[in-house]
Amino acid sequence: MISLSVESLACVRGGRAVFGGLGFEAAGGDAIELRGPNGAGKSSLLRLLAGLLPPAAGAVVWTGGAETSRPALTYCGHRDPVKAWLTVREHLAWWRDLEGNGDIEAAAGAMGIAPLLEVAGGLLSAGQRRRLALTRLALAETPVWLLDEPAVSLDENGVALLTAMIGRHRARGGLIVVATHQAAGLPDARTVTLGHDAPDGAAVP
Amino acid sequence: MRPYLATFRRDLRFAVRHGADTAVVLAFFVVAVVLFPLGIGPAAGTLAVIAPGVVWVAALLATLLSLDRLFAADFEDGTVDLFLTGRNSLLLIVLAKCAAHWLTTGLPLIALSPVLAAMLHLPAAGYVMLALGLLLGTPVLTLLGAVGAALVLGARRGGVLVAILVLPLYIPVLIFGVLSVDAVIHAADPWPHILLLGAALLAGLVIAPPAAVVALRSAAE
Repeated sequence: MISLSVESLACVRGGRAVFGGLGFEAAGGDAIELRGPNGAGKSSLLRLLAGLLPPAAGAVVWTGGAETSRPALTYCGHRDPVKAWLTVREHLAWWRDLEGNGDIEAAAGAMGIAPLLEVAGGLLSAGQRRRLALTRLALAETPVWLLDEPAVSLDENGVALLTAMIGRHRARGGLIVVATHQAAGLPDARTVTLGHDAPDGAAVP
Repeated sequence: MRPYLATFRRDLRFAVRHGADTAVVLAFFVVAVVLFPLGIGPAAGTLAVIAPGVVWVAALLATLLSLDRLFAADFEDGTVDLFLTGRNSLLLIVLAKCAAHWLTTGLPLIALSPVLAAMLHLPAAGYVMLALGLLLGTPVLTLLGAVGAALVLGARRGGVLVAILVLPLYIPVLIFGVLSVDAVIHAADPWPHILLLGAALLAGLVIAPPAAVVALRSAAE
C-alpha cells in the first residue's frame, strides 16, 4: 500500500514564501482535498508532490511504492496537454504508449468521450479538452493521482464521471490529492487547507 | 522503446500535418542563399569561392528558425510536465524529439543543398563533400539547438535569445563544414575536417541531451 507523508514542507516561489510548516499524511485509498484562496499554493503543492518543484524546506516522503523515492504518478495540471493536430484517438494512443497499457475505448468511455474519438483536438470545446486530459488517468493506472482543479469547465455529467473514476481508483487502493474550489467535495475526503488562517499550521511563518 | 518511438512518430506526424512549418524553413534556406548572387553580382568566380560558406551559414540560420517547434508548444500546453512526471527516460525522449526534428529539418536541407550549390557555381568536386559535411553537421545543429530551445522556455522573445545562445556554439561546425569543402576543391585532404565533424556529432550526442534535460527541468519549476 502506498503512503505519503508531508513533513514541515515549505514552498518559496520567486523569493516569496507561499506556505511553510505544512504537514499531513495520506495512504492508499485516501483522497486529500487541497483548499484555500487563490495564491495559497495549492498548485505549487501539487507540483512539489509531483517532483516538478524542489521543496524549500521539509520533505515529501513516499513509502510502499515499488521505488524508493517517487511512485508512479499521474499529474494533471491546469493546462490540458491537447494538440490541435491530433485526433482524440491519437492522443489516447500516444499517452498509452508513453505511460500505460490501458484500453483506449474503455478509457474514452470512462470520461464520456467515446463518440469524439476521431475528432481533432483543435475542434474540442474547453470542457471536452478537459475530459480528454482526464482520460489519461484511466489509461495510465498509476497508484497516485495529483489533480489541479480537475472539474474546471466540466459539465455536471463530466463531474459525475470524474467522481466515479476517482471512486474506483480509491477502491483499488489509489491515493488522490486534488486541488479544488468546488463546494461539494469528494465523499469522505480529508481536507488540507492552505492560506493565511489555515488550521493545518500551513500559514506563512 | 515504445514510449520513445511513439514520441518520435508523434513529432513526425506534426511535421506532416503542419507541412507549412517545414516548408517555411526550407523556403528561408533558399531565399537566404539566393540573396547572395543578387547582392554581390553573378560573377561565377566570386560565387564559387563563397558557395560553401553561404550554404553552410544559410543552413545554420534555417535550423535556428526551426528550433522553437522543438519544445515550445509542448511546454505551453503542459506536455513537458507530462514528460517530467512520467516514468520514461527524459534523455531518450529528448533524443527522440531531436531525431524527428533532424529528419524534418536537417535532411530536407541536405536534399536542397546541391541545387543551391549549383546556383552558386560550386565546383563539381565539392558537391559530395558538402552533402557529407551537412549529413554529419546538421544533427549537431539540432542537438545544440535543443539545449538552446530548452533554455529559453518561458522567456520573453525566446527566438532572439536562442539565436544569441546557440549561434556561437554552431561556429565550430560551420568552420569544419566549410573547410572540408574548400579542401576538396583545392585538392587538399578534407578528411581531418570531416572527422572533426564526426567527433562533434558524437560529443553532441553525449553532451546535448543531458543539458537539454536539465534545462527542461528548470523551465518547469
